[in-house]
Amino acid sequence: MRAAAGFLRAIRTRRGERRAGDGAMPLVPAASISGRALVTVIAIMTFLAGLTAGAAQLVFAASSEWRSSVATEITIQVRPVTGRNVDQDVARAAALARATDGVEAVRAYTREESERLLEPWLGSGLAFDELPIPRLVVVKLQEGRSADLASLRKALSDQVRNAVLDDHRVWTQRLAAMAHSIVLLALGVLVLVLVATSLTVAFATRGAMAGNRDIIEVLHFVGASDGYIADEFQRHFLRLGLEGGALGGGAAVLFFVVAQIGAGSWTATPGGDQIEALFGGFVLEGMGYLAVVVVAVCVALLTGLVSRRTVRRTLRTIA
Amino acid sequence: MHGQRPAGNTLARDPTRFAGRANKGKGFDRGSSPADAPVGTSTRNAHVVRFENVGLRYGMGSEILRDLTFTIAPRSFQFLTGPSGAGKTTLLRLILLSLRPTRGLISLFDHDVTRIDKATLTGLRRRMGVVFQDFRLLDHLTLYENVALPLRVQGREEAGYRSEVTELIRWVGLGDRLHAFPQVLSGGEKQRAAIARALIVKPDLLLADEPTGNVDPSLARRLLRLFMELNKLGTAIVIATHDIGLMDQHEDARRLVLGDGRLHIYE
Repeated sequence: MRAAAGFLRAIRTRRGERRAGDGAMPLVPAASISGRALVTVIAIMTFLAGLTAGAAQLVFAASSEWRSSVATEITIQVRPVTGRNVDQDVARAAALARATDGVEAVRAYTREESERLLEPWLGSGLAFDELPIPRLVVVKLQEGRSADLASLRKALSDQVRNAVLDDHRVWTQRLAAMAHSIVLLALGVLVLVLVATSLTVAFATRGAMAGNRDIIEVLHFVGASDGYIADEFQRHFLRLGLEGGALGGGAAVLFFVVAQIGAGSWTATPGGDQIEALFGGFVLEGMGYLAVVVVAVCVALLTGLVSRRTVRRTLRTIA
Repeated sequence: MHGQRPAGNTLARDPTRFAGRANKGKGFDRGSSPADAPVGTSTRNAHVVRFENVGLRYGMGSEILRDLTFTIAPRSFQFLTGPSGAGKTTLLRLILLSLRPTRGLISLFDHDVTRIDKATLTGLRRRMGVVFQDFRLLDHLTLYENVALPLRVQGREEAGYRSEVTELIRWVGLGDRLHAFPQVLSGGEKQRAAIARALIVKPDLLLADEPTGNVDPSLARRLLRLFMELNKLGTAIVIATHDIGLMDQHEDARRLVLGDGRLHIYE
């Protein structure tokens, strides 16, 4: 029905007539603005911005996961020292750890288990007896409760001098720094994309104004205020921005959905494991999709605002 | 020009050729000062337009309009005339403030235009109706939408002005072309559409640039009567024309004659 009405309207327009009730014609003719090209540019920009926002969210979520899992474990290394019984030292270190507040579980690696840890690098069949292989005690901390690592460190230095406590703080700090760097980088890329979009819209608006200068002049003479003329342009460019934002944002969401399905099918392959190590399950959470949608809406709003600002600034130079 | 007949006898330098009544011994070139203006019947403004020693030059060239001093009173009717290229359209653009003078003072509805902001300028333009020589209809709007444009830009609802616009379009004889686009209108039809657009806001001042340039003498007479009716309703009228025949149909109208960059006024 709607298509038929549109067809009839098109026929009437071709005959040089348009009836009342066809809806008020915009004062800035849509055909005078290179809308298709601008929608394409805005869609590409939104897609890139959406990818950046989504990827940053993925890396940040994965890094948070790494950090929380690393931060809930500490390791005690017991080095073999001549004249001391390493098995006794390991047992002593494990006992001290168990006695510490905030410790949930303690697991001391046996000599065989320690040797097996080295097999991937040194191969099997070596005489490990002649090597001073340190023994490990893995201590799992209670979540949501800070363990008294200072007293454990002091007790170890007093009672098991060949033991070293590694609380993975350096790793956690490095992971945090990396995650923050990636998020900052993503923000930088987002800002650049938004600036590029703004400049593109500003150029397109100036072009549209130059092409419609006669119309603007007539509008001024019949009493249109600058705000009214700016509204006309803003409405048009906001529509283009929404169209481009929806296309680009939709493409970015589709990309992450497809990537998630693809990552699922790569699971248990060497490549898939690496991707999973970097990005977790490559699953964009609700916040990630929300970030993509927010970016698309921001691009559309920015398009409308920039066109309005450009129009008002240009109108100031016209009497 | 104040109290001095222009020298020279060429077409361009002989404004009395356009003065009409001056040639019949009735007119005189006295120039006008604000004090010379007839007492306006409008209670709103002493003067609709007031020019004092206004000059205009483009770039570093010589002045194309100089020492223009005149007033347009409320409810007055005047023809602005002179040879082609004398600056009639330029003078109208100065009144419309689409051009700014290089010297002198322009006052519109008692507002000094050098001191008004854009909002006030918009308000002043809403009190003026303009008929452009080239019509300036918007090609992508229908005749109805073009005529309704001044009301639409004021933010009025269409339901509130639809019948008013339709009635005016019928009054100028274009009732059957209500929804036609300007491309399919004849020159005369465009002319009447442009006039209707200028009249729809019932302006305090109507500026018309060669409003009968594209119509036959009979329609020209009808349009002049239309302007005279509007004038009786309280609108000050300025019609730029070099059609002496048209001016002779309204002998009581004041004549502002541009020649050699100066203005000569015949009351």
